[in-house]
Amino acid sequence: MVMVKIWGSLTSATDGQAEVEIEATTLKELLDGLSEKYPAIRPQLQRGVSVSIDGKIYNDSWFQPIREDSEVVLLRRIVGG
Amino acid sequence: MPLDDHTPDQTPGEARQFKVVGTRPLRPDGIDKVTGRARFGADMSAPGMLIGRVLRSPHAHARIRSIDTSKAEALSGVKAVVTRADFGPGDDDVADILDNCMAGEKALYDGHAIAAVAATSAAIARKALKLIDVDYEILPHVTDVDAAMKPDAPVLHEGLSDETVPEGVSQNVVHRVEFGHGDVEAGFAKADKVLERTFKTAATHQGYIEPHACLATMGADGIADLWVCTQGHYMVRNTCAAILGIDQGKLRVTASEIGGGFGGKTTVFLEPVALALSRKANRPVKMTMTREEVLRATGPTSSTSIDVKIGMNKDGKITAASADLRYQGGAYPGSPADMGSMTAFAPYDLENVKTVGWDVVTNRPKAAAYRAPGAPMAAFAVESVVDELAKGFGLDPLDVRLKNAAREGTKSSYGPTFPAIGLEATLQAAKDHPHWKAPLGPNQGRGVACGFWFNFGGDTCVSLNITPDGTVTLTEGNPDIGGSRASMSMMAAEELGIPYDQVRTVIADTGALGQNEVTDGSRVTFAVGLATIKAARNAKKVLCERAAMVWGIDPDAVEWVDGCARPAGDNAGKFPPMSLKEIAAIASNTGGPVAGHFEVNAEGAGVSFATHMVDTEVDPDTGAVKVVRYTVFQDAGKAVHPAYVEGQFQGGAVQGIGWALNEEYIYGEDGRLQNPGFLDYRIPVASDLPMIDTVILEIPNPGHPYGVRGVGETSIVPPLAAIANSVSEAAGVRMTSLPMSPPKVLAAIQAG
Repeated sequence: MVMVKIWGSLTSATDGQAEVEIEATTLKELLDGLSEKYPAIRPQLQRGVSVSIDGKIYNDSWFQPIREDSEVVLLRRIVGG
Repeated sequence: MPLDDHTPDQTPGEARQFKVVGTRPLRPDGIDKVTGRARFGADMSAPGMLIGRVLRSPHAHARIRSIDTSKAEALSGVKAVVTRADFGPGDDDVADILDNCMAGEKALYDGHAIAAVAATSAAIARKALKLIDVDYEILPHVTDVDAAMKPDAPVLHEGLSDETVPEGVSQNVVHRVEFGHGDVEAGFAKADKVLERTFKTAATHQGYIEPHACLATMGADGIADLWVCTQGHYMVRNTCAAILGIDQGKLRVTASEIGGGFGGKTTVFLEPVALALSRKANRPVKMTMTREEVLRATGPTSSTSIDVKIGMNKDGKITAASADLRYQGGAYPGSPADMGSMTAFAPYDLENVKTVGWDVVTNRPKAAAYRAPGAPMAAFAVESVVDELAKGFGLDPLDVRLKNAAREGTKSSYGPTFPAIGLEATLQAAKDHPHWKAPLGPNQGRGVACGFWFNFGGDTCVSLNITPDGTVTLTEGNPDIGGSRASMSMMAAEELGIPYDQVRTVIADTGALGQNEVTDGSRVTFAVGLATIKAARNAKKVLCERAAMVWGIDPDAVEWVDGCARPAGDNAGKFPPMSLKEIAAIASNTGGPVAGHFEVNAEGAGVSFATHMVDTEVDPDTGAVKVVRYTVFQDAGKAVHPAYVEGQFQGGAVQGIGWALNEEYIYGEDGRLQNPGFLDYRIPVASDLPMIDTVILEIPNPGHPYGVRGVGETSIVPPLAAIANSVSEAAGVRMTSLPMSPPKVLAAIQAG
């Protein structure tokens, strides 16, 4: 199980929980697990998110490994100029 | 592929010795640019080429009842006229981009494209535009972010607000976002002083010198070519293909040289229109924008209205901080209010912090990215309040920032725990710099501020080919805005152990490489550099194999040292080293051409911090502000070409100076832009500026083989705040609204 931190306004989609537990060993399993467990989060996942894993930001790499003790934080999709 | 295996070459505490990286060779595009030989967007022509022009809405908000193009089409020399009817529905993903390129049911801002003409000359095209009859139903408009949020504001789009928007606010609010941790009210209750201020920033344009331009060719067979000035020709290809309903592989896009972008050329404006005109006319179509069109119809940044509240103890410790950030992003969703909310307090280690961001639409051109989108305005508001509180307690503003600085292990305001970061190093360098202790003259003030930005990587392809004479061509897919051809050549030369001048880097068209992310997010030196190093290492492996064949030994017994293959040890046999040129000369005899390539989604980029220090002098009689000294302190991880890194630092500071002091989109009561030209929209010029001094700090990024961090964006984050803090000290009154133009400063002084 991985603990995932959810940003403030998105906790309305996770029954008010700022941290949720998801069974996942990769980024894809994490996003799929979130979507399944918390259907209200799907619109935001479709708009796009970035995920911070141990302080590094990942956008798209489905098979990025996640350890059980990794710090995982859901973020708004990072953009740049 | 994640970057976790791209470990840095140096061990901690032991800096790698570079031979090419870190030097300052001549830039490869220098001669072309100073002699006029460089080919920009408008410099390409084709036989039978037509000239395209766009008809733009004079109204801020109007329903388009009908468009009659018959008279224009009948004009001799006119070969095609297009309106929205000439575009299909397009993919949902590009619906807003299409609507911004060519209006559908409504004109949503002054300058919105309504129709376009292709004719045999620019004069005929202009004349044809006047013959197009548009029947508008003028609607009420709104251009101010706070006004647009009111429940009774004119609404641009019905039903666009998403599930995050609470009831009771205007439908112009399309998204709300909240970040933070702890209990801010409890934190404020513990503070010796709580200060709350409201700040305003004006919309500013990226101000790139080269206007948008392209040359499109699209035949009846659906095969198309596009020459265009852009930050990302793969993005142009994919977006235009989606808008026009064609296969990506049928459209080849070539990026011209680029006269600046700064984020503003990360989307499309003219390109799908030029392709649609070309498809209809069956002739090449060239389109270029005037400066007026650039300012009226391409992406400025958001204007903002921000409330910041910070509690501080008299020792300088921040007990709690909150911000409410309202960003208008023009006529479509997507203002960087979320980025502002994530970055606002990122430099600080805070127990209690909360930010709320509001994405708001108004009757203005759709905001485009601008270096570190959303962060400079948030930093302006936050760093102003930190400064005022620090000075109110009689504390040194740098000491207060050091006391509260985020460091390794800090839980950031946007969630993640920071790894090793360079903020404290920039603050300490600022404190130790002679600038901090230099005396100030009359009417002068000194300001400091910190800034943060994320940086990212993304899809990247590099192909490195060795010619028969042993010179090297490196092919990459990112338009060179900030010197990336030099940096890539340097990293390839470093890796191969050959001189810089033996490598030439070219930017390939979309047919030559796979997908490449746009040149944005400060990603190119990091991500393309990483791919370049990997491609060179792949080529070195092949070179060693070829030498092993010649020597008749195991390839694993060959190593690459100083540009030569050598036996890896005494047991491998005694052979004289073979240089890259020697192996290249016999490539045909040993298996064929030698190359290395690398493709990656370069995830895991490191974050970046900067501290800026500025002295200004305020004329108490006129309110005019002069910047008299400016120093940038920023972490570059590893500066590949220090002169370019300094250029990025200086450029960010200068654009920030313009944003802070002069630049402003001014709308009239009629919702029309009042200053669409560089005379009335004033960007800083050389005579306005002192030398911008730079201090490059090098705290290696653990996610890159050479330790490189992106540097292109962070440098625009602190200047708005640093200058406001400086001007506020010089003028003796806190400035909370940008730009700090002379009338505004004078009024503030007179109001006391």
